[in-house]
Amino acid sequence: MLRAPGGLSLRLDVRAVTVVVLLLLAALAASVVLIGTGDFPIPAGDVVRTLLGDGNAGQEFIVNELRLPRVLVGLLVGASLGLGGALFQAVTRNPLGSPDVLGLGQGATAGALVMIVLFSGSAAQVTVGALVGGLATGLAIYLLAWKRGVHGYRLVLVGIGVSAIVTAVNGYLLTVSDIVDAARALVWMTGSLNGRDWEQVWPLLGVCAVLVPLVLAGGRGLRMMEMGDDVANALGVRVERVRALLMVAAVLLVATATAAAGPVGFVSLTAPQLARRLTRSPGPNLLPSLCMGAALLVTADWASQRAFGADQLPVGVVTGVLGGVYLLWLLVAERRAGRI
Amino acid sequence: MNRLSAENVTLAYDQRVIAEQLSVEIPDHSFTVIVGPNACGKSTLLRALSRMLRPSHGRVLLDGHVIQSMPAKKVARTLGLLPQSSIAPDGITVGDLVGRGRYPHQGLLRQWSAEDERVVREAMARTGVAELAERYVDELSGGQRQRVWIAMALAQQTPLLLLDEPTTYLDIQHQIDVLDLCAELHEEQGRTLVAVLHDLNHAARYATHLIALKSGRVVAEGAPNDIVTAELVEEVFGLRCQVIDDPETGTPLVVPAARKARAAVATEAS
Ligand SMILES: Nc1ncnc2c1ncn2[C@@H]1O[C@H](COP(=O)(O)OP(=O)(O)OP(=O)(O)O)[C@@H](O)[C@H]1O
Ligand SMILES: [Mg+2]
Repeated sequence: MLRAPGGLSLRLDVRAVTVVVLLLLAALAASVVLIGTGDFPIPAGDVVRTLLGDGNAGQEFIVNELRLPRVLVGLLVGASLGLGGALFQAVTRNPLGSPDVLGLGQGATAGALVMIVLFSGSAAQVTVGALVGGLATGLAIYLLAWKRGVHGYRLVLVGIGVSAIVTAVNGYLLTVSDIVDAARALVWMTGSLNGRDWEQVWPLLGVCAVLVPLVLAGGRGLRMMEMGDDVANALGVRVERVRALLMVAAVLLVATATAAAGPVGFVSLTAPQLARRLTRSPGPNLLPSLCMGAALLVTADWASQRAFGADQLPVGVVTGVLGGVYLLWLLVAERRAGRI
Repeated sequence: MNRLSAENVTLAYDQRVIAEQLSVEIPDHSFTVIVGPNACGKSTLLRALSRMLRPSHGRVLLDGHVIQSMPAKKVARTLGLLPQSSIAPDGITVGDLVGRGRYPHQGLLRQWSAEDERVVREAMARTGVAELAERYVDELSGGQRQRVWIAMALAQQTPLLLLDEPTTYLDIQHQIDVLDLCAELHEEQGRTLVAVLHDLNHAARYATHLIALKSGRVVAEGAPNDIVTAELVEEVFGLRCQVIDDPETGTPLVVPAARKARAAVATEAS
């Protein structure tokens, strides 16, 4: 939102723009470093040169074929989860209304597990299973919570219920699986970027290219809905329509991201909260959350590779720990400062 | 024909019917005040008039069109509503909140303008919250907050404005300020105002048109001087009282009967 000079909230908006730019820079920097990390370390300068198209053949293969797709998947998954989380939290008016808590991740996991355990499916089939599982869960939550419009708390409670049921189903699927499938399932369930290539990049990129502009345009209405449905209505927002549209978009974003990388924990819960604390501005903070998600995920992937060597620790473990610790620290710091 | 009216509307939440066959005309350029006991359906009526609640029968007309069929932003540029209670987003400043009242005048391409700026500043000045502009809304007192919400509704710059209990939380001076502001908006700018008020004396003093509701029915409507009587107050609120002339304005002044007098009547009756 741009405001005239001397505007009432120019201060806040400059801050939000700065945060977005800094987060983007951080995400890009982390990506370059991440591409350089691995069994064959490549200096950052060489990475950039190769990306720009004049590296040597060996580096070109490693960078463009092996590592770039993985990093792109990381960026896109992080962005989708950050944005999806921000949408959910804004619609439910509750930080607990994140896809993590509502059981979308578990739903996608169930879809993936069905493919892995019952059909020993290929990677592509697992992806489709996860996508279907996530969408079906989103739909189920929406239908169950629907009553003269979806209300925040009901949605959260229904989501928690659905999540519990699906988790139980997942547990059952794991117990009936054989040991090989179970190992594969477990890695999938933690969320991992290992072995992601261009095949995962394109669908994610497509979904983001369509949904992100749509969602950002609808975000203005969402900002009004923060003040309650009545006020938003009075201001000329078609509350039900905007909400339904944004929920569908959010479910699609989260389901696609989960299908590509597994249920990477905690990004959709943490990224919007962190972004909001950085911008210190009210509103759904959609763009900052998106950038924060991307930066968070790539940084977490780098941290996991750095600390435990390539392909050892799934990125979901790190996002959980990093995001969780940072959020707790922020909350404690804020409590001390007397806000919240 | 008046710009805003409800024709034979039935208002219900799910199965619970609040009002049936209710017809209300809001006279143009009036300051209409709705009074009635708690839970009689005042807020529900305002919600229907501002298309928050779709009548299960009948229709609400704005400028001759069924209000639900009109483009949402167009309605929002014509008709403003201050709900009985609203949620302030976390960490929003007063200036920002009031600025959100400009939403219906903005679009993807037409964002914040100098005109918006001017209107917002004026709205804040008129409600006496200009010096609070940089403060956080969640750090304000109840009365300050109420005036901020009124400022937001003003910033919407609508010819028709519906206010649900705009004077709650306010001290006596600020109550009068808000009512004076409403009277000015109506007298100087010819805006049509509709307010729900609980103080009958305020209602009688400021209203040009008074509507008394009870259990979802209109019991009486008209100029306060014509309709406010001890019988009406007793019928609507079940309260014995005297109605005398307001020494300041000559409008009806409702003075509740003393406790002992009411108790005596109650024993007599039983
Ligand atoms: N969202 C709702 N769902 C169901 N019933 C409702 C809802 N809102 C109000 N009601 C019921 O409708 C009736 C009328 O409520 P309304 O809010 O219109 O009263 P009111 O006249 O504004 O009262 P008050 O003076 O207390 O504000 C009440 O019985 C109330 O319980
Ligand atoms: Mg009410």
